[in-house]
Amino acid sequence: MNFDALFDHIGQHTVDGLAKGAIYALVALGYTLVYGVLRLINFAHSEVFMVGTFAVMWTWIGIGAGNTPSIGIAILLLVLGGLVGAAASGGTAVLVELVAYRHLRRKNAPSLVFLITAIGVSLSLTEIFGIFTGNGERKIQGMPTILNQSIAIDFLGVEITNLQLIVLAAAFLMMIGLDQFINKTRYGRGVRAVAQNPDTAALMGVNKDRVIVLIFALGGLMAGVAAVLWNMRYGFTRFDIGFVIGLKAFTAAVLGGIGNLRGALVGGLLLGVIEVYFATLTASKWEDVFAFIVLVVVLMFRPTGLLGESLGRARA
Amino acid sequence: MSRKFARSLGGVIAAAALVLGAAACQKEGTGTNEAAKCEGKIAFMGALTGADAGAVLPSRDAAKLAFKKFAAANPNCKVELVEFDTQGDPAQATPVANKIAPDASFIGVIGGAFSGESKATMPIYEAAGLVMVSQSATNPDLTKTGNKSFHRVNGNDTTQGEAAVKYFKDTVKATKVFVIDDGSTYGKGISDVVKSGLGALKAGEDTVQKAQANFDATISKIKGVAGVDAIAFAGYTGEGAPLLKQIRAAGITVPFVGFDGVYDPAFASGAGTAAEGAIVTCPCIPAEKAGGTFAADFKAEYGKDPGAYTAEGWDAATVFLSGFKAGKVTRADMLAWVDAYNEQGLSKKIKFDATGEVDKANVVVWAYEIKGGVLTPKTEIKLG
Repeated sequence: MNFDALFDHIGQHTVDGLAKGAIYALVALGYTLVYGVLRLINFAHSEVFMVGTFAVMWTWIGIGAGNTPSIGIAILLLVLGGLVGAAASGGTAVLVELVAYRHLRRKNAPSLVFLITAIGVSLSLTEIFGIFTGNGERKIQGMPTILNQSIAIDFLGVEITNLQLIVLAAAFLMMIGLDQFINKTRYGRGVRAVAQNPDTAALMGVNKDRVIVLIFALGGLMAGVAAVLWNMRYGFTRFDIGFVIGLKAFTAAVLGGIGNLRGALVGGLLLGVIEVYFATLTASKWEDVFAFIVLVVVLMFRPTGLLGESLGRARA
Repeated sequence: MSRKFARSLGGVIAAAALVLGAAACQKEGTGTNEAAKCEGKIAFMGALTGADAGAVLPSRDAAKLAFKKFAAANPNCKVELVEFDTQGDPAQATPVANKIAPDASFIGVIGGAFSGESKATMPIYEAAGLVMVSQSATNPDLTKTGNKSFHRVNGNDTTQGEAAVKYFKDTVKATKVFVIDDGSTYGKGISDVVKSGLGALKAGEDTVQKAQANFDATISKIKGVAGVDAIAFAGYTGEGAPLLKQIRAAGITVPFVGFDGVYDPAFASGAGTAAEGAIVTCPCIPAEKAGGTFAADFKAEYGKDPGAYTAEGWDAATVFLSGFKAGKVTRADMLAWVDAYNEQGLSKKIKFDATGEVDKANVVVWAYEIKGGVLTPKTEIKLG
């Protein structure tokens, strides 16, 4: 245990962890939205994210983006990437709902059937991308570096890079936007109503199917934004990229309280910070071990996660 | 753990039983005229798909080329190379080995291409009396188990690690090296050799995970050590490319040295411009230095330049093909043939010692530099 390495630069590690966790949080929203309304863990959501990273990469390569273009073009590429990523991921999520889940729901299938369907969809999408992209070589695929990493803020020795700043700002903006949407708008009220009691909501004239499509679209949209941030920051993707990040995002959702939007944010950021802390204390190979130990301990004392309330109960 | 062990032990026993059964059948059925025929199959076992296939496909192509040329020159010999995909995964390699071992038509195995799968399958092949000649499994421990089946034509990680240490000391003239591995059998094996060879020159270390994408913690560890002037990475492309990309993005410009696990075009393309100038060592000879017309033949056949371990893949195939030509068509004869083999190969003089290693004095290790996204031979690292 190298405590000096951790505490000498605790601020730096916290920032690194927050920036890492912000992407988890955005993906975690997709799990939490769907779970909050349908009590379904949509394991295909990791692939919704993966499809987003590919769509953004193809867009960038397709329009001939080179390495480190001028700042104006870089912003344009990021915004365009965000739109394409959101559309691709949102579209994939809605497609998964329409193709895979809707019929099962109509037939009142038991929840295990949904779970297996989700895993099936996830594996199918992974393999399709593994086979049909990158000449079927299943290797990591690099893409142009849109923004050169540089130090944006140097505050008391804590260096925050421009990329980390963009990731954090974008993640917070999306979170706030989604939170407002769910809590303040008419559509949001519909989502909360269906989450609380689908039958009563239907009696009050809420179209349940439309609400469900909406939450899949919203979750996908968040994953699409996460995808463009991922591409900007890490600059590579692979057909199986969704697996690890999906697992981490799901963990983040559970840690914060699944079904709770703000919980997803807290869980994601916390998970990122824990990982970086323990990777620094020991070796990077230990980060998952400690992250999951923390998860188990938290769940022992707060079985519903840190913030614990469901989507429906949140200030209805 | 124990259950897993019991299960794999069960598998081995079952395979052995099958093999004995098959061997018995063959003896009864074929009689004596078998020995005169030049006929048999060689299995090629390695990652043909999956994330690490790029490190294996070139040597597969070289072995195929060797078989093709042999078939053209010896029309009476019905030898066949059969490919088996393991994705480089020991868990997938075990059932593959259990499929090959009982099939009496297989006389030898080229592979495993990676160390983990070789380690997992060599007891199965040994029980079946089937000889393995690997072109690229580099873990030093593979030849220390007393396994009679395993041979390799390439140098091992100890040799490669020692060469890298020499490279750090003599060429890079590094004084503080940060050593990173991926915790795999391969990565840890090589990083242990590098760390002990560097001694006091090792300034820090970290072990990353398979499929890790964010290396902030590793990078702050590198930055936490004042004056790191070189970085070593022992692992594969999947982690190596994003790691290198993030190291360069963080403004760390010191020399980066990878090993044969990243001797892969995808490493350069995955890391993009960050890969420029990175060094990759490999106990594999550049095909154009291998002599003869090999590099030109390879290019003519496949329309691309030979990659990792192509000369070694050719050599492994040649060991078997010359055995067939000499009339060694049973597993026992082929094993004895390989054990006694002593010929000049493309990559080096090939003669196996009692453990299945080629003579260390004959092993060549090369440093390659990534230039314009292409692995370019830079210099041979001369040992001793």
